[in-house]
Amino acid sequence: MPNITVSPTRMELTRLKGKLRTAQRGHKLLKDKRDELMKQFLDTVREVRALRAEVEEELMTVHGAFTVASALMSSEALEQALVYPKQSVELTMTFQNIMSVNVPVYDFQTQTRSESDIYPYGFAATSGELDTAVDALGKVFRKMLKLAEIEKSAQLMAEEIEKTRRRVNALEYVMIPNTQEAIRYINMKLDENDRATTIRLMKVKDMILKESLEEKRAETAKAVKAFSSGEKTPSEV
Amino acid sequence: MAVTYRIAAVGDWESVMGFRALGLDTYPVADAAEAREKVRELAKADCAVIYLTEQLAKEMEDVLSRYKDELRPAIILIPGREGSLGIGRDNIQRAIERAVGADIL
Repeated sequence: MPNITVSPTRMELTRLKGKLRTAQRGHKLLKDKRDELMKQFLDTVREVRALRAEVEEELMTVHGAFTVASALMSSEALEQALVYPKQSVELTMTFQNIMSVNVPVYDFQTQTRSESDIYPYGFAATSGELDTAVDALGKVFRKMLKLAEIEKSAQLMAEEIEKTRRRVNALEYVMIPNTQEAIRYINMKLDENDRATTIRLMKVKDMILKESLEEKRAETAKAVKAFSSGEKTPSEV
Repeated sequence: MAVTYRIAAVGDWESVMGFRALGLDTYPVADAAEAREKVRELAKADCAVIYLTEQLAKEMEDVLSRYKDELRPAIILIPGREGSLGIGRDNIQRAIERAVGADIL
């Protein structure tokens, strides 16, 4: 018996029954939450895996392009070309609620003078390969941002699922059985008390009956004795 | 919520210099200790996404797990110049294991 310290009273029984009902309802709700979260999570994870593979591959191409560019230019010239960016990126973050998990949604704005002119350098001193590299990186960047969004969501959802799973298990395997056991214990104890009271009453009744019976017997015996000793008394009447 | 955040890229100079052209904040660092400091600093400041090269990430597991469950910043691993180490993919795998309790995919 896990919880022996429970006091076997009717009040405690009512309390425990209420607790069991709440626990069972909570268990069902949490289980539903876990299942739905898991479904969403697996969808997200599939997306993350695909996107990550894509981004990693494309980034390697970009790195390759930059390597070529840096081979054609001195590193000082390259650094100089890139040191002062023409556009700046700002990110606004809003939240989306997926099954009580807040996940970020990113929205970015680039501040640039014109869409076609993103290169922060003049074309005279730089190689054409650098343009290609920067251009390719610009294309990958959108995917990278999307990746950041869903990968973070996946991480946050994983945490929430873990928590919910623990709660579901705790309710299912500890809380609910313990409460049921306690209720059973109280029920048994109360029944036992009932039986004990009945038996006690029967005993008391027996005792009283016996006593009165003996009293009666004594009386009868006395009467009989009086009758037999003074046999003539009735005839005197 | 119209607060604007910055996007940062942390890694060795060759790997992050390209992001500079896009207008990201780039922080070239030499080693993991420096990167650790930088990431902490950026997380405290208004940085929502930090791109970190895997080469550095493999030596700063503690910082990554510290920010894993926080809403901001999202630390996203990218392959550095030397190629992908597969840490990013492993992290997804670990997230699944954490959620499901077993490796199912």
